[in-house]
Amino acid sequence: MNILVCVRRVPDTSENEIQLNSAGNDIERDDLVYSINEWDNYAVEEALQITARVGGEVTVVTVGDEEDEEVLRREMAMGAKQGVMLTDEVFTGSDAKGIATILKGYVDKNKFDLILTGVQAEDGGAQVGGMLAALLDYPFASLVNAIEVRDAGKLKITREIAGGNKEISEIDLPCVLSIQTGINEPRYVGMRGIRQVASVEIPQFGASELGVDKGAVGEAAARVRRLDYFIPALGKGAEMLTGERDQIVERVFDLLKERGGVQA
Amino acid sequence: MNRIFAYIEHKGGVADDSAAELIAAARKLDPSASPVAIAIGLGPELDSVCESLRAGYAEVWKIANDALAYPNAELVRQALVKVLPAGSIVLVPHTHFGLDLAPGLSIKLNAAYVPDILAIEPLAGNSLRLVRQEFGGQLSAHVTCDISTGAVISVRPGAFKPEPSAATGQIVDKSSEVGSLSARRRYLETVVAEAGEVDITKHALLVSIGRGIQEQDNVAIAEDLAQALGAAVSCSRPVVDAKWLEKSRQVGSSGKTVKPKVYMALGISGSFQHLAGLKGNPFIIAVNKNAKAPIFQVADIGIVDDILEFIPALTEKAREGAKAGAAEA
Repeated sequence: MNILVCVRRVPDTSENEIQLNSAGNDIERDDLVYSINEWDNYAVEEALQITARVGGEVTVVTVGDEEDEEVLRREMAMGAKQGVMLTDEVFTGSDAKGIATILKGYVDKNKFDLILTGVQAEDGGAQVGGMLAALLDYPFASLVNAIEVRDAGKLKITREIAGGNKEISEIDLPCVLSIQTGINEPRYVGMRGIRQVASVEIPQFGASELGVDKGAVGEAAARVRRLDYFIPALGKGAEMLTGERDQIVERVFDLLKERGGVQA
Repeated sequence: MNRIFAYIEHKGGVADDSAAELIAAARKLDPSASPVAIAIGLGPELDSVCESLRAGYAEVWKIANDALAYPNAELVRQALVKVLPAGSIVLVPHTHFGLDLAPGLSIKLNAAYVPDILAIEPLAGNSLRLVRQEFGGQLSAHVTCDISTGAVISVRPGAFKPEPSAATGQIVDKSSEVGSLSARRRYLETVVAEAGEVDITKHALLVSIGRGIQEQDNVAIAEDLAQALGAAVSCSRPVVDAKWLEKSRQVGSSGKTVKPKVYMALGISGSFQHLAGLKGNPFIIAVNKNAKAPIFQVADIGIVDDILEFIPALTEKAREGAKAGAAEA
């Protein structure tokens, strides 16, 4: 089974405090630590486990530029056979539909039995997988947390639904699945593994090679645009306790008793 | 003017809370709007859903179909594409089902898609301004959406407060416009979550840990604190993803809904999926290294500290307290 996994490089929220820049139109990107989008990493691991069971190869693809190559190499070090970069000036400023359109261009030129994405990106809204499926006219399932390969071009899949319950379905191949975190335990990638793939060539494709209509992607085609970022003010805000830890701990313990959390 | 539709999720003949929230969202978009509810399903359960929607919506489109006894997003999408007029604005709840339906629906309707919105400003011309969150709720963003060919907008559950409504809407049966449907994804069954050995829904005090616990070995310090306080340990999603605790300990929209008196959020950033599992307005004490963590916006008490140091200190205090209590008695 040949599997394509769509991945993205994103600011790592576990490594950074995401802050507003002084103009308020973007996040502060200096000194930001980037990494593979967490959901995508689970998707790559799942693809590797499926091909280990039933054969086939895993290709990882991203839409971006040279800076994004590092996440392709990271996933190749995990075991993906090939990394592919879709890059073109006209892609800049694409909205989610634009990204899905670019990815469709690559899928149309190749043959994959299964396409995986992460459920969402740190700065996204769980859009591209479902859009790509609809553009390709493939069946789709979101929030997938188990995959079993069945005979005759079918998968048995489990979706995460409310309350920790699981929805089990059968889906025809080819299809697009968006993968939820926790589906597996992604393997560790060491520096040595990354060095081994450091010189592997990563093919690049632009709009004309992909047969993508330049008018359908990029900023001009985007029907959804982000105007700014701002700090949300959702609740009244907590009363912040400051000072010595001993005193804070004392206060917290008293509060626990007062509020009925602790019987004392 | 683009007509506004609300997709109604329902179960067991009862409309989801989002049904009323989508009316509120539609009114923000256009105060004079009369949004149309769309309820899809089968049999008497669908009938009672439609009947209940008449109190909030002036018009209820009912779509009954043998293939739609279970809401399979692929089939629901086919049905919607057949009945929705060009240029429709479709509001969908941003739920497990909404994630399955909305992105593909926007493509098939050739409409713009804005996911997971928290606020909408009144429509001006063909441009809609909305608010969504990124980076796990650390930042919000204004986005604009060109609705000239329609839009699909998924609305975060709980973001809009339902307002009283006194409609006596009419039910319009659209079933005949749908015809036969066939899916390449077929629903088999639902597996209900296992109970787990500790029932976190029954505890007055939860010691809840998140990504800040850092590694499996550190879970023990939370267990110690819980024991000293007579509490149970619960957690947020990353802890379950890492297999450090059982799924039955997870609080959130994909885990358990809990109603403790006091909730200690330790190293939990406070994503909306996590907060969706907290009901009954508990007193929240949050400890997090990151002063900007969204949890501090909803907590009652906030402490910026490393939980790996804070937790043992509180455990010690609790053990002293217990000893003192025993001595007094």
